[in-house]
Amino acid sequence: MKVAYWPGCVSRGFTPELHGAMDKVAPLLDIELVELDRACCSGAGVIAEHSQELADTLNARTFALAQQVDDAALMMNICSTCQGAQGECQERLDASADYREIVNTTLREENGLQYEAGIVNKNFLWVLVEEIGLENLKSLVTRPLTDLRVGPFYGCYIVRPTDRLGIDDENPRDKYLGWVIEALGGTVVDYAGSHKCCGFPIITMNKEVSLKQAGRHVSDAQNADADCIVTPCPLCHLNLDLQQPLAARAVGQDLDLPILHLPQLVGLAMGLSPKELGMGRHVVKPTSVIDWTQSVVGAVPA
Amino acid sequence: MAATQSDNTQSTEPTAQEYTLRIRRYNPETGDAPFWDEHTIELEPHRSVLEGILQAKDLFDGSIGIRCSCRAAICGSCGVRINGQPGLACQTHLDTALARGDGSGVIEVEPMGNMPVIKDLIVDMDAVHWKKVQRVTPWLINKEPIPEREYIVPRESMIDITQSMACIQCGACVSDCLSMEADPLFVGPAALAKAYRFVGDPRDDQQYERLKDLAEDAHGIYDCTHCFKCIEACPKGVAPMNQIMRLRRRAGGDHHINDRNNGDRHERTITSLIRDYGLLHEGEMLPRSYGGDSWFGKFHPAAAQELLGSLPVITKALMRRKVTPMKALLGHKIPKDDLADVKKIYKRVEGRDERIEFNLYISGVDEDDEQIRNEPVAEVAPGKEGSSR
Repeated sequence: MKVAYWPGCVSRGFTPELHGAMDKVAPLLDIELVELDRACCSGAGVIAEHSQELADTLNARTFALAQQVDDAALMMNICSTCQGAQGECQERLDASADYREIVNTTLREENGLQYEAGIVNKNFLWVLVEEIGLENLKSLVTRPLTDLRVGPFYGCYIVRPTDRLGIDDENPRDKYLGWVIEALGGTVVDYAGSHKCCGFPIITMNKEVSLKQAGRHVSDAQNADADCIVTPCPLCHLNLDLQQPLAARAVGQDLDLPILHLPQLVGLAMGLSPKELGMGRHVVKPTSVIDWTQSVVGAVPA
Repeated sequence: MAATQSDNTQSTEPTAQEYTLRIRRYNPETGDAPFWDEHTIELEPHRSVLEGILQAKDLFDGSIGIRCSCRAAICGSCGVRINGQPGLACQTHLDTALARGDGSGVIEVEPMGNMPVIKDLIVDMDAVHWKKVQRVTPWLINKEPIPEREYIVPRESMIDITQSMACIQCGACVSDCLSMEADPLFVGPAALAKAYRFVGDPRDDQQYERLKDLAEDAHGIYDCTHCFKCIEACPKGVAPMNQIMRLRRRAGGDHHINDRNNGDRHERTITSLIRDYGLLHEGEMLPRSYGGDSWFGKFHPAAAQELLGSLPVITKALMRRKVTPMKALLGHKIPKDDLADVKKIYKRVEGRDERIEFNLYISGVDEDDEQIRNEPVAEVAPGKEGSSR
């Protein structure tokens, strides 16, 4: 399957291991990535906060570039925040032909581009379940994550609002992470924070509260005996992993829980080595996930 | 357990079914811990959860505490959590509530969150919700002189606030607010949506003062994490988070309030970094948000102090080769021609006299190919309405 691939900014910036892992995993899943390297940041909701029209036009530009990729089945991203921010813009663009024309006039006259309503834009998590299929995914597992207890962490932008994100009985996308963990042979850890906010959006405005949010979720998962957390959102990863030492201080607890990117978890189960997946680049080393001496996945006994 | 359908399949009238309600009970006056109480009620699937609770109260246990009045989703009294989701008990049908469950066939009803429980399903709205609403001065402060007859206002500006006016003060958004869960002092979604109702009203005389107050408050408009919980919770489509974003847009964009919480600087920083790089330059984001939106921002004392505080994190990230010093300093850019295209978009959109804002709540969605009611609503900049500054 060929996809117009939007990696986002952070996956090529402060979480480079995410983009790298996706690159390694894609061929194993028979996904051909055509990178949208000309596109710009989705604005993560902040540009929309500044000017809705600006955010809508910049993302319409990304959609238009994706629509130029020949034979692409869909547009795919690996960031919950991009998914939500782009989805919000698409909802407005697709709702009104008149509004779309305002945006398209700018695109046409300034960039020579045009967005046609109705682009299919899916996060890698949705692609795994809806395009690759769980049975197919299971059959590709060469190293099942037996005994690995994984706490899912979705990121707000990919679970709310449900109607915009197409979450319904037919596509319960807010349950997919659990399904994928199980398909890879792991055990899903149920804990309070799985669908909550990591706190990242207010890290520069109210650092204490932001870190408290991250700390609570990591602590909840850790107390539920999780070996690690997996997230499809690199911004959540920044607060849960990069900031974990400070988050631990904010909640007054010892925290030491590895946070994996979704493609890393998939890659581990498909036989890739932790090194190939960039797992040494995390702030919290995934020692409880991997026996480094043998590169074998599985919980290390306490 | 639930839903034993009657045999009468011929009838078009819906027939009564059994539903199990699991109600969270708690009476702080007794000193006992909260507990779950189960009752099986019998009603048609389209009847409300509130009717189910009232039947349980009538038939089995008169001591169940629930607040309700209109039973028509307008008074906002019966806010509860049903199978984990907040909403009005009178507006939630039994079959919908059951479908939301975990498959155990039980409808779980709990009091709303983020507010202390007075008894069972009744929470203390005064202690949290109303106190926060009072915080935002929830009344119109008239512009002087008051006209002899009515105020004449632009139609668009009143349409713009209809969404926030739809609030029935049920507290469902407060119940689920994740910022408030971590920071109980957060002014919160309901009160801030109410604030926009007046900030967006051209008749109000103190829009600047209102915005300044809420931007400078450490628990004000910049304490919202964008989690969408309130949008999901609201039974009336008020989308409180969207109103908070409007407050931010007016505070920073129209009134140029450079708040002490870094809120406006953060927004400006991200917006200009994407104009200049095409991608987010994380290494510049933090110092500029603290120190000011320019390359020199990092030399501001506030930025220096923040960088110093983050030193353990930065060192670790560098040690693990998460980021190279080069990338942290220089960032990453999209190709030159594309960056030029992005800048052209910025120039055109930012150069407009009027902000174009398309609000789905007001405009609705085009019906298939027929284009009806799809005129984008241009938000009139306060300067044009006669700013209160």
